Amino acid sequence: MKAIVKYIISIISALRTLIKGMAITGHYISHPKEIITQQYPENRETLKMFDMFRGEVVLTHNEDNEHMCTGCSACEVVCPNGTIEIISKRIEMPDGKKKKVIDKFVYHLSMCTFCNLCILSCPTDAIKMSQDFEHAVFDRSQLTKVLNKPGSKLMEGVR
Amino acid sequence: MEEIATNKNTGKPLETQEYFINMGPQHPSTHGVLRLLLTLEGEIIHNVEPHLGYIHRSIEKMCEKDSYTQIIHLTDRMDYLSSHMNNEAVSLAVEQGLEVEIPDRVKVIRTIISELTRLSSHQLWWGVFGMDLGAITSFLYGFRDREMIIDIFEETCGARLTMNYNVPGGLMFDIHPNFQKGTKAFVTHFKKKLPEYDQLLTENVIFELRTKGVGVLSKEDAISFGVTGPTGRASGFSNDIRKHNPYSAYTQVDFNEVLREEGDSYARYKVRIQEMWESMSIIEQLIDNIPEGDYKVKTKAVIKLPKGEYYQKVETARGEFGVYIISEGGKSPYRLKFRSPGFSNLSALNRMAKGAKIADLVVIMSTLDLVIPDIDR
Repeated sequence: MKAIVKYIISIISALRTLIKGMAITGHYISHPKEIITQQYPENRETLKMFDMFRGEVVLTHNEDNEHMCTGCSACEVVCPNGTIEIISKRIEMPDGKKKKVIDKFVYHLSMCTFCNLCILSCPTDAIKMSQDFEHAVFDRSQLTKVLNKPGSKLMEGVR
Repeated sequence: MEEIATNKNTGKPLETQEYFINMGPQHPSTHGVLRLLLTLEGEIIHNVEPHLGYIHRSIEKMCEKDSYTQIIHLTDRMDYLSSHMNNEAVSLAVEQGLEVEIPDRVKVIRTIISELTRLSSHQLWWGVFGMDLGAITSFLYGFRDREMIIDIFEETCGARLTMNYNVPGGLMFDIHPNFQKGTKAFVTHFKKKLPEYDQLLTENVIFELRTKGVGVLSKEDAISFGVTGPTGRASGFSNDIRKHNPYSAYTQVDFNEVLREEGDSYARYKVRIQEMWESMSIIEQLIDNIPEGDYKVKTKAVIKLPKGEYYQKVETARGEFGVYIISEGGKSPYRLKFRSPGFSNLSALNRMAKGAKIADLVVIMSTLDLVIPDIDR
């Protein structure tokens, strides 16, 4: 007899805790405003990442297609994974002097760990992190990018 | 009396024998690639032998060629749920070698972010623990609250998980103007939501039956295996480094070290829930008085540590994390060793799981809060 009573009590107490837990579920069903689910990619238009967000490294260009990279290779040296490769060339200036400028700023997104050390090391603030986070591509080779735009040149006064 | 099955032809009792079974490396409840070789008799576990090496990346060896600034980002990838504490440990060890005085502002910010990281780690653990027991609801609730912390990190340092916010000598950049507001909003929000955790899981009868008395670890065993963190504290082993060897701003704050005596899975669960309250209290004490000052001490571009040995330990969400650097005076360490909490905690698994059922092993592993990349660096 005692065992049966104990058995029934345990069932009742189990049901009580079940109802207790379900009360929270009921609360959120009746309060849809407290639900925080976002409908991605439907909200692509309004979804904005924070300014600090580390998406990928970009080389900033102004309207005249000029960048600020002097080709000093500080980012290439500081990168732990060999993500950045700077290929430079020598051009002749109008006054006859030879000057080193970047030919290609190669960035391997597939190797990047987003540690932000390159951004900190840049003496001219030429590179920054973009807020773009949709990096998926169909082929791995597309992840190797040349960051300086074709025909771009060094901004006046940056040294 | 127990009935013994007999062989019909010979009339002799049937012989039983132990057998082996592999749990993992792709088992969902091992939270990564951990392979356990179980020795079983029926459903009773006689022996558990963990096999490691499925996610070995030789981080310690890689550190020997990297500069001291570069090492920090590798530690993100060990215990990724307490990445800030790992970063902090390396930074503190390097600062110890450089003998620089860290501004109070840096200390306080580091402490606040450490506690936020601990909260986010425990929230994720709580969600996953529920899911291991078959309750998917807790997973969604845990991640809901964690998202708020992750947003604070994202706003301040740009990354959500692998933060890399520390540099030797301070922080990478100053906190975002919204940092204090966001953190305060989170603490007020989570103080309301944490009782929901108890209501959903802690007081549930099925949950209590599955955790109470399961996987008991005695205090003596906890000490001899070097089990630290909430797992050790649930067995009564007082090991909180924030209390015993305070670093950063832990000297300024008043908090309790959560201790329990039972040493079973339920005790480990309760310790972590209680630690969330303690973390929130630490954040509340510091968030309004972040001192003004620099966020970084100027260090040389190429950091060279003087010849010698440096050791620094911090309390991560899983236990004691130590960094041991041997420097020969160069720009990268001669030798570097990490003492990861997960590795020592895993070593006690065999002692805890002996005599338990396979279903209990899932509970025990989950309460150890294993992060495999931390165990298998």
